Amino acid sequence: MTPSDFNAVLPEFILAVYAMGALLFGVYTTKDKMASMLVWATSGLMIALALYIGLGGEGERMAFGGLFVDDPFARFAKVIILVSAAAVMVMSEDYMNRRGLLRFEFPILVSLAAIGMMVMVSAGDLMTLYMGLELQSLALYVVAAMRRDSAKSSEAGLKYFVLGSLSSGMFLYGASLTYGFAGTTQFAGILTTLGEGQTPIGLTLGMVFMLAALAFKVSAAPFHMWTPDVYEGSPTPVTAFFATAPKVAAMALIARLVQDAFGPIAGEWSQVLAALAVISMFLGAIAAIGQRDIKRLMAYSSIAHMGYALVGLAAGTAMGVQAMLIYMAIYVTMNIGTFAFILSMERDGRPVTDIQSLNMFSKTEPLKAFAVLILMFSLAGVPPMVGFFGKFYVLQAAVDAGMTWLAVAGAVASVIGAFYYLRIVFYMYFGKESDPITSNMAPVQWVLMVGVAAMMVLGIVNLFGIEPAAAVAAEALVR
Amino acid sequence: MDNLLSIITFIPAVAAIIMALFLRGDDAAAQNNAKWLALLATSATFLVSLFVLFEFDPTNTGFQFVEEYDWILGLKYKMGVDGISVLFVILTTFLMPITIAACWNVETRVKEYMIAFLMLETLMLGVFCALDLVLFYLFFEAGLIPMFLIIGIWGGKERIYAAFKFFLYTFFGSVLMLVAMIAMYYDAGTTDIPALLAHTFASEDMSVLGISIVGGLQTMLWLAFFASFAVKMPMWPVHTWLPDAHVQAPTAGSVVLAAILLKMGGYGFLRFSLPMFPVASDLLAPLVLWMSAIAIVYTSLVALVQTDMKKLIAYSSVAHMGFVTMGIFAANQQGVDGAIFQMISHGFISGALFLCVGVIYDRMHTREIDAYGGLVNRMPAYAMIFMFFTMANVGLPGTSGFVGEFLTLVGVFQVNTWVAAVATTGVILSAAYGLWLYRRVVMGELLKEALKSITDMTRREKAIFAPLVFMTLFLGIYPAAVTDIIGPSVTALVSDYQAAIPPRETAALDHSEGTAP
Repeated sequence: MTPSDFNAVLPEFILAVYAMGALLFGVYTTKDKMASMLVWATSGLMIALALYIGLGGEGERMAFGGLFVDDPFARFAKVIILVSAAAVMVMSEDYMNRRGLLRFEFPILVSLAAIGMMVMVSAGDLMTLYMGLELQSLALYVVAAMRRDSAKSSEAGLKYFVLGSLSSGMFLYGASLTYGFAGTTQFAGILTTLGEGQTPIGLTLGMVFMLAALAFKVSAAPFHMWTPDVYEGSPTPVTAFFATAPKVAAMALIARLVQDAFGPIAGEWSQVLAALAVISMFLGAIAAIGQRDIKRLMAYSSIAHMGYALVGLAAGTAMGVQAMLIYMAIYVTMNIGTFAFILSMERDGRPVTDIQSLNMFSKTEPLKAFAVLILMFSLAGVPPMVGFFGKFYVLQAAVDAGMTWLAVAGAVASVIGAFYYLRIVFYMYFGKESDPITSNMAPVQWVLMVGVAAMMVLGIVNLFGIEPAAAVAAEALVR
Repeated sequence: MDNLLSIITFIPAVAAIIMALFLRGDDAAAQNNAKWLALLATSATFLVSLFVLFEFDPTNTGFQFVEEYDWILGLKYKMGVDGISVLFVILTTFLMPITIAACWNVETRVKEYMIAFLMLETLMLGVFCALDLVLFYLFFEAGLIPMFLIIGIWGGKERIYAAFKFFLYTFFGSVLMLVAMIAMYYDAGTTDIPALLAHTFASEDMSVLGISIVGGLQTMLWLAFFASFAVKMPMWPVHTWLPDAHVQAPTAGSVVLAAILLKMGGYGFLRFSLPMFPVASDLLAPLVLWMSAIAIVYTSLVALVQTDMKKLIAYSSVAHMGFVTMGIFAANQQGVDGAIFQMISHGFISGALFLCVGVIYDRMHTREIDAYGGLVNRMPAYAMIFMFFTMANVGLPGTSGFVGEFLTLVGVFQVNTWVAAVATTGVILSAAYGLWLYRRVVMGELLKEALKSITDMTRREKAIFAPLVFMTLFLGIYPAAVTDIIGPSVTALVSDYQAAIPPRETAALDHSEGTAP
């Protein structure tokens, strides 16, 4: 390990050392009483690392003989991952504390998952990729089952674990096929093999297996079966976490894999991704219509949103990757705002997730209802909210790549999808008077929700300058 | 005054934000403040917009008062008006204070109601001023949100169904337009509307999935835009959301919907379909002409059998919008002049008719025609005004309704005699349903117990109708006030259009009319 190698992995290294230190600290001190402090410390560290990565990094570096890549693309994804993980943790702290769920392991597991994600987006080799993927997944299996006394939470954790292992198995199978036919696990090596002319069938097959496994991780249909159950069963803070950072990491991973390793056979994977995108968009939009539970609804919503992000990737161009990155950044922001609200929904001190419980919410809490209204219209992709620009970018990338049919499909699905977001607005504003919920918000949740809602409107000015950053990131990936 | 249009567009939005942030409480004083602030803001917008009207140079057919700033993704924030759009801006600013005054009796959530209308005004003005495709789309779509809330929160019994139907219908039309806009951007490399007007989109036949498409790219784009604007207009057979939305919307919501929001469809046809896709427009014009003719006759017949006053007027709106689409796709000077004139005039007349319904609805809380009768005995002033606007709606010479219908019919007659002949029967039918409605509601003996104590219009209500009566008469007697402003721009539009279509198509249009493709 040379000093330059070390420099490249410095953020991951710091976070890993911190996580282990915190674990020891938690075990040897008063355990859960320090958990609140740990949450804030972990979030602070993550934000600091995000700043360090976002502002400090430059250029493109390979470390450990090409196993690890540090380029603008990886940095862009890492900043989103770290910021969203930190945001989810601070807004969960109050919720978990009041329900006795806050264990000191929570921030540590989240940090471990974050390390896994950071490794995933920086992977330059199938081995690194798998290592990151598994580190992330194992940490996530545990947090899903964190509410040990709840059968639903345990079920969610188990379900996620079994299906997750299956997908990991598929990934390994695909990776071994790829290794067999390319003779290497390095992306650069696979790229060279493919560049030599004809494509061995084993490579195509391996790629399809790996894409299927990764589709499972981003919960793209038809590999989405676990999502609604896990979203519903897990404690809400965990659901919020599932809906944000891991999605970004897995999506970035797909981009990395198809562009860096399988770039020359874009025609092959583009079809696969386009099919996944169309199925996800429609399934997410249609299946969500019948949902009564807001967490299940958000699960289907995330399936549909992944479909749109995949539209960007299916385009196979730098513009498509840029569109995907912008889409994911907007998606994550919207979800943080929405989950900050879902966390606060309760009646007589018990959390409720039934949509009908929002009846006439606007009467009791006009400001919060209005913020949710903005978030819902933004999720539906109605201008002038920022969510519209996310859709606009991906549809534009699709048309630009000559896949107009995909753009039309996306447009049609967005109308179907608009219905269920509108239904939430409908309950809040036009519903019947009934037993009202209270929205007991910690200051952090309030700030995040109202702040995100404000961002959804104000972002229309210049999207907070995210566009040039995403362009640089996409340029680095697509050559 | 370089950014006059932005000032006009955003005065209501700023007022809405001030209201949202600084106006507290829900007592009578706060409600009054909200109403007065909204009235003040909309009136100020109207006064400022007069500068645009007076400084507008009709002889210049290009865009005026242009503002341009960079925005994200190579898009531009670009505003400007030409002869076609300027009057829609004035129409909007003129009608909004009246609309606000018309909802003076609202008592539930007054502040939010006013905010919704102010935001809606900003978005509607933005549609007519935007000179960038995406900016246009932004305003066009965002207008759905306040209208959705207005229908959904302050509407009648079936408001939820109506609000959803309104939103999803129009949203569906518009997203297809969005894809077309992206395709246009891809083809022309810009979203700048003046640049796109100068760009020629390919019209060579092309094949999609093995189906050969005559008119190629232009036809595809035209259809996508048509999907959006036809729903917005609304044209038969996608008009079914309108009666529902109208019946359920509160009075002021109906006024805005009929008077301004529907005009966005017509404006869209004039701004995009006709000048940007002339070949496709020419190809599909017979289809549109026949759809309009069917709309006029069919919806007029449907209007005859309505038992709900608002529904009747809503169907009458669809019929009158049929004249507009017919005039636009006749694509000659009289047709397009007439279409714009009809839209302006319909803005005043239909707005006034919905207000007329509102006046008695406020008193009796029913819109059933059967619940009324003999109102003339108790409400002479109301009977007078209702008579006037019924006649204007029928198209009595001397009112603005006549000019628009006459011009569009003249325009269409030159292109397709049969369509003109069918559409003319609509004039008779409109007299039938209009006068019959009037007879049932206003004339006869006052027999119903509940009506015996009904009071005539208050001074506020009379004041609301005064400007509408004036404009309807003024434009009926002196239509040149409108045609002088729109004339040169329309001439330029029509001559560009005629120059762009292949000559054989023109010949075909002149002689073998009546063959829908």
